[in-house]
Amino acid sequence: MIPTITAGDTLRFVWEWVPSLGVNVSFYIDGLSLTFALLITGIGALVMLYSARYLAGHVHQARFSFYLTSFMLAMIGLVTSDNLLALFVFWELTTITSYLLIGFNHDATKSRRSALQALLMTGVGGLALLAGIILIGTTAGTFEMSEINAMPGVLTGSVMYLPILLLVLAGAFTKSAQFPLHFWLPNAMAAPTPVSAYLHSATMVKAGVYLLARVHPSFAGTDVWLWTLTIAGAVTMVFASVMALRQTDLKLALAYTTLMALGALTLLLGNESGYTITAAATFLVVHSLYKAALFLVVGILDAQTGTRDARQLFGMARAMPITAMAAGIAALSMAGFPPFLGFIGKELKYAGALAVASEPILVAGAVLISSALMVAIAGIVSFRPFWSKSGTPIPDVKEAPWPMLVGPIILALLGAIFGIFPETLQSIVTPTVAAIVGNAEPAKELRLWAGVNLPLFLSIATFVLGFLLYAYKVQLRDWLIGITTRAPSFDNGWDRLMAGVAAGSKALTRGIQTGVLKHYMYVTFATALVALAFTLFTQTSGIPSVSWPQIALWDWLVFLLVLLGTWLTVVTNSRITAIAGLGVVGIGMAMIFILFSAPDVAITQLLVETLVVVLFAAAALKLPELDKDSFGKRPFDALLALGFGVVTTIILMKVTTGPIDRELTTFFETASWPEAFGQNIVNVILVDFRALDTFGEIAVVLIAAISIFALLRAKPEPQAEEDQP
Amino acid sequence: MNSVILRAGARLLALLLVIFSIYMLLRGHNAPGGGFIGGLIAATGFVVFAIACGTEDARRALRFDPGSIAGAGLGIALLAGIIAAIFGDNFFTGQWLFINETEDDKGIPLSTVLVFDIGVYLVVLGAVLSITFALEESV
Amino acid sequence: MEQLLSLLIGVLVAASVYLMLARNLLRFLFGLILLSNAANLTIFVAGRLTPGAPPLIPDGVDAPVSEVANALPQALVLTAIVIGFGLFAFALVLAFRAYQSLGTLHTDEMRVAEPKEQK
Repeated sequence: MIPTITAGDTLRFVWEWVPSLGVNVSFYIDGLSLTFALLITGIGALVMLYSARYLAGHVHQARFSFYLTSFMLAMIGLVTSDNLLALFVFWELTTITSYLLIGFNHDATKSRRSALQALLMTGVGGLALLAGIILIGTTAGTFEMSEINAMPGVLTGSVMYLPILLLVLAGAFTKSAQFPLHFWLPNAMAAPTPVSAYLHSATMVKAGVYLLARVHPSFAGTDVWLWTLTIAGAVTMVFASVMALRQTDLKLALAYTTLMALGALTLLLGNESGYTITAAATFLVVHSLYKAALFLVVGILDAQTGTRDARQLFGMARAMPITAMAAGIAALSMAGFPPFLGFIGKELKYAGALAVASEPILVAGAVLISSALMVAIAGIVSFRPFWSKSGTPIPDVKEAPWPMLVGPIILALLGAIFGIFPETLQSIVTPTVAAIVGNAEPAKELRLWAGVNLPLFLSIATFVLGFLLYAYKVQLRDWLIGITTRAPSFDNGWDRLMAGVAAGSKALTRGIQTGVLKHYMYVTFATALVALAFTLFTQTSGIPSVSWPQIALWDWLVFLLVLLGTWLTVVTNSRITAIAGLGVVGIGMAMIFILFSAPDVAITQLLVETLVVVLFAAAALKLPELDKDSFGKRPFDALLALGFGVVTTIILMKVTTGPIDRELTTFFETASWPEAFGQNIVNVILVDFRALDTFGEIAVVLIAAISIFALLRAKPEPQAEEDQP
Repeated sequence: MNSVILRAGARLLALLLVIFSIYMLLRGHNAPGGGFIGGLIAATGFVVFAIACGTEDARRALRFDPGSIAGAGLGIALLAGIIAAIFGDNFFTGQWLFINETEDDKGIPLSTVLVFDIGVYLVVLGAVLSITFALEESV
Repeated sequence: MEQLLSLLIGVLVAASVYLMLARNLLRFLFGLILLSNAANLTIFVAGRLTPGAPPLIPDGVDAPVSEVANALPQALVLTAIVIGFGLFAFALVLAFRAYQSLGTLHTDEMRVAEPKEQK
């Protein structure tokens, strides 16, 4: 498969999932997917090996492996999905597994908070992304990204382009932690170190970058795209690298440099030139290699010495020579020294920044500052703890076991190998760039020595600035801590937001869920009335014209009888009178059925009415008398009831004066005798034509009987005092 | 309610109602009546009996537990549906057997439709009685 | 006659809504019965009214000779009445048991599941 992709071809597999909605499980593999897939599986395997030892003996080690494997599968699905809806499903799966992994130490409050924060942040972004995806689908007519990318201008030329872009960017920026949605990522460092190395550095946080790259052909080329990505990326990059210098916790420092890398990738993807995209593709690989290695190294330090505080770790190289070597190589790559891959990456970044369509000087300046800070932080993270003599080493520290060393060493060495033999990496970078910008802007060549040019001078400036920053790191850190403690923090804002949401929902619940039945009934009836009346008066001509034909005396009498029964039931304050009133209504109903040719129904109604009275007599007389009630006391209720009655009457008058379709009835009438050998059509419908319905209905009757039986036979609970709060 | 006349009358009335209910059940396919009505009439008969003589006597007169009657009725109704499936028709398609069929007369018709209606009858009877008895006894 | 019955159904619905808004559970139950009657009558009326012609097929013919009443709504209403009875019986027993356990039929005082907030 790899040779196919490196040769510039693509692969696509499709299974139809929900064809009616255009949802397929389709996989598309090109250079971009392959690069990501290789990073995911490659780093994943090393992290697995590492964590097997890192968490050896942990109670939930099996659970951890399960989460990690699930994440790996979800992530591979994400980068290989062609269908955007399938991509979204995998996207959410990575969010959930990330939640589980951050909260792995679930007995710590901090872990739980960080996990929830990450879940909510990326979850909200995910929802925005879903909305964006649906808009893309309706605009382009397909959810297959490969098809959408093959239709140039289908999105950029659409009126929906701006909403789509904003929604998709919301998804990508939360996932890839762009400023000001970045704060969840440093908190996510509550996860075990292998997780930080894998999810929150090498893979998951790059899902947002992947998305930007994936939709690049359909989205890029507009001012909005260019400026949003450039500004967000540049701000994130500078902000994160400054914040990284402030940290004393090595892991946190690395987390902020990850942010910086994500910002840089976003910045580069804003453009369309071959240089910037090549720089993005290369830097993606570079960063994943050295950052995963450094995270694993910090994990080793943490595990072997018990601390990862930069102020306590000095000169550990003697105790842990192999770790120190891996850390050193990775850090040199990170700082961008030749002949490591990081150098190529940085040169390309400068070349890319200078090729940026807008304000190249400003962008190059941002890159310069952040790269210089990278140099300083590379020193803080991997030079000082191992080689510095400004403090005493922690005694009695042993070298880490080999499964934990393999990962960092391989990752660090790959950075060196790719740096010395860049053509090995070229074979994968070229199709990646082709996947992002097509063949119009071919990938640039990866070279260690590109001649004496502007990027080289910038590199030298970077090193000088970097060394200066490193030399004054303690003063800088104290100064930064002073500033940042005074500045408003995003984390506090988050807490206030959460508290506000909780208070708001509580107030809302208290408003809606009053616990008073009457309020619920009121809202239900009022809503139904408004909906009915609205439909009635907007969709139809309103009040129908009614003709009052001759009505027989009998009919009038029955009408008055039912009215009388209803009136009695409503106004009385006596149970017996009300029951009698209901009985009158029931008998009036039966008379209506008799008058209008429904003998079966009339008989049933009479019998049921009898039984209702018997049951009432048995139960209701044991209940207390009704309280006093009159219209005067509940005028609003009466008004609502009156409105309901009027609307019902109008609707029924419209229905009965409109046409009627008797097709079914005609069928029953003509088929009843020849096919079902029955002369009573009602009974034939019940027991033959619609026997399955009747079966369901008698089952309901039986269930009612069983429920009543159970209700009556259960021991009455005593007035439980202890239940009352 | 200790009137002897009432009790004797109730017994007679209950008997008449039960017989009448069976008549209504059987004629239901061709004239007003059927399982729902028959079941309700029979239930009324036993309810009258229970009011006059107490639920204990009524239960004894019924012989079977009303809940079991209702359950059996549901089973019988289901059976009527399954028979159709056995004959290869759709579920609940009526199956007919005419005994002594001649040119003019259809003879005595036996059908799964009748079986189904008997099931309905038993469910209604059993359910109504189990509700009424349970309520009477717990009050 | 359809018009008159439409009016009657309107009255029944209004009465049942008014009763169901009462705070007494027994009144609520009365409203429920009236509402179920109104619903049955609605189905019946919607199928149109035909006086004096029950949906029966005379002997010796395959189908009704003259127009007969609409059989379909009748079948629906018939089962609806029986089911309505089951619903009513269940609601009644529920109210009965609620009174036994809680000692009140006043719905505002039934707050076991949603106790009043302590201010």
